[in-house]
Amino acid sequence: MTDSKYFTTTKKGEIFELKAELNSDKKEKKKEAVKKVIASMTVGKDVSALFPDVVNCMQTDNLELKKLVYLYLMNYAKSQPDMAIMAVNTFVKDCEDPNPLIRALAVRTMGCIRVDKITEYLCEPLRKCLKDEDPYVRKTAAVCVAKLHDINAQLVEDQGFLDTLKDLISDSNPMVVANAVAALSEIAESHPNSNLLDLNPQTINKLLTALNECTEWGQIFILDCLANYTPRDDRESQSICERVTPRLSHANSAVVLSAVKVLMKFMEMLPKDLDYYGTLLKKLAPPLVTLLSAEPELQYVALRNINLIVQKRPEILKHEMKVFFVKYNDPIYVKLEKLDIMIRLASQANIAQVLAELKEYATEVDVDFVRKAVRAIGRCAIKVEQSAERCVSTLLDLIQTKVNYVVQEAIVVIKDIFRKYPNKYESVIATLCENLDSLDEPEARAAMIWIVGEYAERIDNADELLESFLEGFHDESTQVQLQLLTAIVKLFLKKPTETQELVQQVLSLATQDSDNPDLRDRGYIYWRLLSTDPVAAKEVVLAEKPLISEETDLIEPTLLEELICHIGTLASVYHKPPSAFVEGSRGVQHKRLPARAGSGESAESPDVGQSGPAEAPPAVIPSQGDLLGDLLNLDLAPPTATIPSVQPSMQMGAMDLLGGGLDSLMGDESDTLGGDIGGSPSMGAGLGAAPAAMPAALGSAPAVGGGLGDLFDLGGGVGMPTGAYVAPKTVWLPAMKAKGLEISGTFARRGGIIQMDLSLTNKAMSVMTDFAIQFNRNSFGLAPAGPLQVLTPLSPNQTIDVSLPLSTSGPVMKMEPLNNLQVAVKNNIDVFYFSCQYPLSLLFVEDGKMERQVFLATWKDIPNDNEAQFQIKDIHLNSDAASNKLQGSNIFTIAKRTVEGQDMLYQSVKLTNAIWVLAEMRIQTGNPNYTLSIKCRAPEVSQFVYQCYELVLKN
Amino acid sequence: MIHSLFLVNASGDIFLEKHWKSVVSRSVCDYFFEALERATEPENVPPVIPTPHHYLINVLRHRIYFVAVIQSEVPPLFVIEFLHRVVDTFQDYFGVCTEAAIKDNVVVVYELLEEMLDNGFPLATESNILKELIKPPTILRTVVNTITGSTNVGEQLPTGQLSVVPWRRTGVKYTNNEAYFDVVEEIDAIIDKSGSTITAEIQGVIDACVKLTGMPDLTLSFMNPRLLDDVSFHPCVRFKRWEAERILSFIPPDGNFRLLSYHVSSQNLVAIPVYVKHNISFREGSSQGRFELTLGPKQTMGKAVESVLVSSQLPRGVLNANLNPSQGTYTFDPVTKLHINVATNCYWQLLSWDVGKINPQKLPSLKGSMSLQAGASKPDENPTINIQFKIQQLAISGLKVNRLDMYGEKYKPFKGIKYMTKAGKFQVRT
Repeated sequence: MTDSKYFTTTKKGEIFELKAELNSDKKEKKKEAVKKVIASMTVGKDVSALFPDVVNCMQTDNLELKKLVYLYLMNYAKSQPDMAIMAVNTFVKDCEDPNPLIRALAVRTMGCIRVDKITEYLCEPLRKCLKDEDPYVRKTAAVCVAKLHDINAQLVEDQGFLDTLKDLISDSNPMVVANAVAALSEIAESHPNSNLLDLNPQTINKLLTALNECTEWGQIFILDCLANYTPRDDRESQSICERVTPRLSHANSAVVLSAVKVLMKFMEMLPKDLDYYGTLLKKLAPPLVTLLSAEPELQYVALRNINLIVQKRPEILKHEMKVFFVKYNDPIYVKLEKLDIMIRLASQANIAQVLAELKEYATEVDVDFVRKAVRAIGRCAIKVEQSAERCVSTLLDLIQTKVNYVVQEAIVVIKDIFRKYPNKYESVIATLCENLDSLDEPEARAAMIWIVGEYAERIDNADELLESFLEGFHDESTQVQLQLLTAIVKLFLKKPTETQELVQQVLSLATQDSDNPDLRDRGYIYWRLLSTDPVAAKEVVLAEKPLISEETDLIEPTLLEELICHIGTLASVYHKPPSAFVEGSRGVQHKRLPARAGSGESAESPDVGQSGPAEAPPAVIPSQGDLLGDLLNLDLAPPTATIPSVQPSMQMGAMDLLGGGLDSLMGDESDTLGGDIGGSPSMGAGLGAAPAAMPAALGSAPAVGGGLGDLFDLGGGVGMPTGAYVAPKTVWLPAMKAKGLEISGTFARRGGIIQMDLSLTNKAMSVMTDFAIQFNRNSFGLAPAGPLQVLTPLSPNQTIDVSLPLSTSGPVMKMEPLNNLQVAVKNNIDVFYFSCQYPLSLLFVEDGKMERQVFLATWKDIPNDNEAQFQIKDIHLNSDAASNKLQGSNIFTIAKRTVEGQDMLYQSVKLTNAIWVLAEMRIQTGNPNYTLSIKCRAPEVSQFVYQCYELVLKN
Repeated sequence: MIHSLFLVNASGDIFLEKHWKSVVSRSVCDYFFEALERATEPENVPPVIPTPHHYLINVLRHRIYFVAVIQSEVPPLFVIEFLHRVVDTFQDYFGVCTEAAIKDNVVVVYELLEEMLDNGFPLATESNILKELIKPPTILRTVVNTITGSTNVGEQLPTGQLSVVPWRRTGVKYTNNEAYFDVVEEIDAIIDKSGSTITAEIQGVIDACVKLTGMPDLTLSFMNPRLLDDVSFHPCVRFKRWEAERILSFIPPDGNFRLLSYHVSSQNLVAIPVYVKHNISFREGSSQGRFELTLGPKQTMGKAVESVLVSSQLPRGVLNANLNPSQGTYTFDPVTKLHINVATNCYWQLLSWDVGKINPQKLPSLKGSMSLQAGASKPDENPTINIQFKIQQLAISGLKVNRLDMYGEKYKPFKGIKYMTKAGKFQVRT
């Protein structure tokens, strides 16, 4: 006799049978049939074909049957809008029913039917229901306004429902008030600037009164709404706090947390010497502790919030350390959060207890958790100075266990402790060195090498130790290689006599045998430094490092303030401001992507050039004379080095490099130069070799990151058919301007690789050699991906064709025009400058085909102001031929529609820096003129995209 | 607000979906399945999972994942609390909350979910009100319905929903008026290897079963209300009165409900009723290890410790154990691979020892030897021992009800109070 029987019929004639049953005369049979239909619906079967038959059952006195039909209607009305109209009459009639339950049910269901035609009929009944004598109907109607707003916001505003809703805040029934607040809050979320919830002391008073009497859910809505209010003075603030405090004893944890939010916020306004302030602080602790005895998922959300509260007001929970102790069968996500809070609460008073616990955790079975526990010990040492010694000895105990991952993790944190307390715990180095052989993780190896290098003068066999690492240099990860290079240079500077051979060995390994530009460049820098000015080298490499502090893992104060205002929300769980990740409730598809660092950001922003590397100067086109300086300085980040005395030598080194050994510093290597001087970005702040120049490293990091992304783009495109149009070569540098060297060239994209095809002609009398090329910063970060391959000397009257592969990972600066590229070419005679313009189609990547849905949404999402229209004249191609031709240049046709003899092609293009360009091309049969509409978030590219269209279509 | 709900069973199939706004494709659950795959154990799935356009908030109850879909900023606790309420309601209606029970009652489930949320806003979540709107299925009612053609949907406006006591239905009538209160305390504790207490706290609840006619107004007072400084009340409790007089005054819901829960954390108030002597050791270079456990009563206020169950994950690499219990039975299946850890590809085995009652004159013990996998090194970690027990007629915190009075009705109800102490998460480290 159970409902599972409804699932049994899955045969082919099922729908047919149901249809017959639905039209049966027997009431009971009808009801059973509707139940079967609903059961099929719940498991995702399509029973929409039965729509008219089910709707026929709607006119009934049987409430259950009516509800079931309503359930069905809500699900399928969208797919059968015309049929759904048939139901309107019954709805309107039901809204007049003497039974308030039916009136409410009718208005509630109507609101759930997301069909425009129906919403028109909804307005009148809704207006009546909002003023119904029965509060049950009013509270249902309040929610219905929010539903209607979701379907048709304009209609709600035009009909004045918002005002009626605002009036309901003053309703005599608390449930109605709560629902009105909830509805208004939801509507307000899609109108961030509207003044819907206009809170004044009177409304606040009404809300507080309703708070005591409404359901737990209503309390959440009201509390969340209260949290948006700013009290006039501390007295009002206190009185609100007093009336909210009882909510802390509610059984519903969401009510408790919302109350905590209101209190945390309004507490800010209370004077700290007020007695009430102290009382309030005391009252906040117990409910937070209680949350931790709830189910694990509640605990998790609570812990994320407590993490914020502890950072803002550590005094609240300072005596509650023990509730954060980990139970072995807590889920891992609870364990990790507890651990984090334990460290935040650690102080001199409780550190002994905390350390004993952490040591216990380090013997648990869950490897991830054990690692975190060991790290936590290190963080305690850095946070509580008095405990550092005890932490170190705890770590040493752990190292004695010889459990491989524990030892490695311990060494990583001991390195941090050394950085916080230099020259204090070096006695343990001997113990660390014993474990050298067991280290197999790069981070631990790098940490150990750092320690050996840093304290080389105290370790007798430092050279032997480092030498042992050097044997397998090429098998190490980059992190370890870089660290090893730096450590050996440090060792050399400290003990120059015995280690000359070693340093030469590592420098040659790094510069000659390595393919890694970071490593190679750092090797060169050290080499130059050591050979030109050892004193300066000492100052740079052995510079005093800034101490690290525990603040590094605290949330930045302004963000913390914001998050405190969002306690209990998703923002508080992710520790990100809501603007960073929560989508608008109107179904906007790409309101904003999750915060990404560096170049990703700049690709999104409409202003392409200006948001490149942080130190990029405003876009001024350098004159010819300045260009050299600019090229030299590419990324040296002029004013950012913090030790003035170092700077000249660095500048000098760079000068020297470019003057004497330009050949060896080609292409992308020079791009990363700045980064490497400051310690490669990949090394992270903790291990930086020369922290003095750190800002430079930070500055160049985004460019490098962006470059990586682009390289992937390129990789993805390899193997695609090529059919892109390549313009014939034009003369870029006439011979008379360049002492006899003539350069003509063009650009091409072949199989995802951007190439610059050059013809170099020697029109002078003597042989030319030693060619090299560099680009100035440009709008899309184009840079040579390799050296200019002119292998044989260029004899007089000889022409040589070279193809130079380009990458888009160079530094970015907006140029005018956008596609301008300034180039410097050097040979044995002089350096020459010229500029040329590349077609934007160079940057159209192979995976530029957008999903249809995404296209539609994006098209809608881009403001109309960004749309640009162009005419392409005299094209004699039909739409398919045009679309094929464009595809060859990575302009992809997503959809084609034919309306009244007019073909509409919808197309998408993706640039190397991830900017999407959407286009609509209208082609009328017989008319050689095409109309092209281009939409892009960065409207300045539209014109250049149009140029590409024209180029491609006409050739 | 809450957009949709998907119910997913242990084998990863969606067996029910409900949408309160527009339909969200069930493919959104793929993100949940990914997280499920990554989790080493079913309970390690993170509660909040972001997807490009939605957030998934899930709870795992009775081996069913309840996955709620939200699109805009909604307090996660609100969603989790609501999901708990859904689980409670199902259990209340169908006796158990299992896939089979939900499938058997799918139409009622659908009606309930529709009644509980409107456009994502909670509508009726109190069991008293829901039962007025949708009558729970009983065999008798199903039979009656089939004969008479009546329905199990209430025809009346749920009276309680708008009154000042929304949790109680009106017109309650009983021939036997009775009110029972259970004071249940759970001890959560961590004991270190030397036997001293690291943390100990008591989670207490007072669960009530009240079957009283009309609109009774009850007051409950305690001998030692000072113990209760951290409490969470059912909405029916008048908070002002508690603040002023430390008396619980309330009009109860009809039937079963949790009157209050409380938390006693100051350690000197928490007595530890059992102690464990243990010796789990391995000799270096040998594949044998010793295992000895002895249990004894500690601070039990003279009451018997019953239903004792000891469980422990033996260290990695332990292949078998040959143990001898002085009482009760133990299970240890060397073939069962429990808790497979994907990352390290090793496993632990669960020993569980059903001790029964502790006799203070003859302490229960479990002794014997363990054998390691051939060639395995001495295990690094120390197993934690989990203990469950019950003590009847005792609230370990010492909480005592003084008296229960009823106002507002004339009859004389039957009253009863029961005390019990249980182990919550009671762990002994070795």
